[in-house]
Amino acid sequence: MTRNFFFKNMKRIEDFTVIQHHWLNENTFLIELKSSGQLPVILPGNFAQIQINNTPGVFLRRPFSIYNADYKNNTLTFYIKIVGKGSRELGLLKPGDITSIIYPLGNTFSLPDKDKVLIVGGGFGIAPFLLLGKSFREHQKKTTFLIGGRSKQDIMLASTFKKYGDVLITTEDGSLGEKGLVTDHSVFNNNNFGYDMIYTCGPDPMMKAVANIARNKNIPCEASLENMMACGFGACLCCVVETTSGNKCVCTEGPVFNINDLAW
Amino acid sequence: MVDLKIKIQDLEFKNPVTTASGTFAYGEEFSDFLDLNRLGGFFIKGLTLENREGNPYPRMAETASGMLNSVGLQNKGIDHFISHIYPRIKDYDTHIIANINGSTIEDYITVTEKLNDLEKIPAIELNISCPNVKEGGMAFGIRKKSAVEVTEAVRKACKKILIVKLTPNITDIAEMARVVEGAGADSISLVNTFLGMAIDAETRKPLLSTVTGGLSGPCIKPIALRMVWDVFKAVKVPVIGMGGIMNAADAIEFILAGSTAIQIGTANFIDPQVSLKIIDGIEDYLIRHKVKAVTDLTGAMEI
Ligand SMILES: Cc1cc2nc3c(=O)[nH]c(=O)nc-3n(C[C@H](O)[C@H](O)[C@H](O)COP(=O)(O)OP(=O)(O)OC[C@H]3O[C@@H](n4cnc5c(N)ncnc54)[C@H](O)[C@@H]3O)c2cc1C
Ligand SMILES: Cc1cc2nc3c(=O)[nH]c(=O)nc-3n(C[C@H](O)[C@H](O)[C@H](O)COP(=O)(O)O)c2cc1C
Ligand code: FES
Repeated sequence: MTRNFFFKNMKRIEDFTVIQHHWLNENTFLIELKSSGQLPVILPGNFAQIQINNTPGVFLRRPFSIYNADYKNNTLTFYIKIVGKGSRELGLLKPGDITSIIYPLGNTFSLPDKDKVLIVGGGFGIAPFLLLGKSFREHQKKTTFLIGGRSKQDIMLASTFKKYGDVLITTEDGSLGEKGLVTDHSVFNNNNFGYDMIYTCGPDPMMKAVANIARNKNIPCEASLENMMACGFGACLCCVVETTSGNKCVCTEGPVFNINDLAW
Repeated sequence: MVDLKIKIQDLEFKNPVTTASGTFAYGEEFSDFLDLNRLGGFFIKGLTLENREGNPYPRMAETASGMLNSVGLQNKGIDHFISHIYPRIKDYDTHIIANINGSTIEDYITVTEKLNDLEKIPAIELNISCPNVKEGGMAFGIRKKSAVEVTEAVRKACKKILIVKLTPNITDIAEMARVVEGAGADSISLVNTFLGMAIDAETRKPLLSTVTGGLSGPCIKPIALRMVWDVFKAVKVPVIGMGGIMNAADAIEFILAGSTAIQIGTANFIDPQVSLKIIDGIEDYLIRHKVKAVTDLTGAMEI
């Protein structure tokens, strides 16, 4: 595995202008915001700390993966699920509203040595995988996305991901794709599993289950973590995860970790 | 031209704005966002003798207008700091101040002695106020006897300016400041975080792995300000004030209440450039109010 660091980007704090929302269901949306300058290179896995304005009870910024970066129009898009006050407020912003964003933060995924990769995402955990899928296409990797949700309404953007690879789906109620959790999908039962590397992001129990499968199959696996953060750039040490070499900051030494480095 | 320079004993700072320990890491983390050389100084993350992993995750919970943390002095130890971090940061043209911690008085002394050799660290901040460690920390700072013992011991070992950082988790902070001054402190800094907690009502679980943690941010400002005022009236040594400073107006309030310098903590997480905005804001204030030197404002609240 080789880390595909192109170069280390400077972190920046910048005012962005809301361009538009695209609602995927009543509590999930894409929000596109425009930079006043030139976007730096965004690596797959990078995230941003978005300021939430005028919302009583919200004090800190909120971290969100960068879902897409449009270098022609200098816009960033985030894929956001409403879970509380901050995410709700981002859904209520109007075109032309301005908010401050600190970015690009965090590390990136490794480029696999071999060709066939499986990307497993649950809930908003698919957010970092559009940029990863794009990067893999540039590197001529063969990508399969496995997307899981509770039911049909939770499976969004499958058609977008299809442009960059095959898409497999599981739902817990069986309303779309195979019935069950992502880790129940038949792709894992296959004796000639055939994937050279697995990438995962989503709720912790899901990622741990995927990591277990990867360990059993002896396949390298990277997980993108979503620990609670105060700063997002290494100043507070609040976001740590236990690794085989002590506590590490998810915001600067992650969010992407090789599962073998985690004390899971 | 207004004069922003201040002095803590003989040590001159280019301006009164510094950043608080544990909220500014080792400075480098902010170098993408601002020119560190413009700061009066920065207080680095708390150092201990040995490597410390800190407390288990989760160690942060947001509160109304603030946050709780129970990081617990995670750092790789003083020797690692000296060999790996200090060489990278020592050439910044600002004062780098070490925040020191220990479980025993001997620990504090050893860390102090090791720091004596570092030319570019002109002062140490003796932290007897960390609420997030089982031994040492705040345990030293809540009783006068142990606060005096550790201050006297470090005073003897320390060849630098000695700042003692007080915990607000006591009844009479003015009295504590007085006895610590008597034990040899060159300056008093305050406040560290207030002990607090948060519970998730749905799950009945605490939001911090340690149950309790330290509260910081604007929610503590009125109490911190009152404590700075109390301490200013009680001691002769310069006071360094902090607690919820978010902007220049907040900083001016702390100066009027008796601070010679101020520290900016939690605000750095939300706006990593806030310290420079506060320097500019203080300068504007002095011009607007036709005050020549920022030192003229220290304790200048008009009652
Ligand atoms: C590196 C990183 C990348 C992320 N990427 C995305 C993304 O692309 N899309 C997306 O929708 N969300 C993402 N998240 C999660 C997102 O940050 C939280 O959902 C958000 O902070 C919640 O804010 P709130 O004010 O709406 O909720 P709050 O009112 O603060 O909390 C409501 C509930 O949300 C949950 N929550 C709060 N913070 C987090 C968190 N950091 N992680 C998980 N759950 C949390 C808690 O269970 C809490 O009870 C990411 C988190 C991290 C750390
Ligand atoms: C995440 C975090 C870590 C901290 N770590 C330390 C520390 O290592 N040593 C110390 O003396 N104070 C530490 N503090 C306390 C701050 O330096 C400061 O006293 C306190 O946060 C109040 O100021 P504020 O409201 O501006 O943040 C920490 C505070 C926070 C929020
Ligand atoms: S969130 Fe502050 S160090 Fe990671």
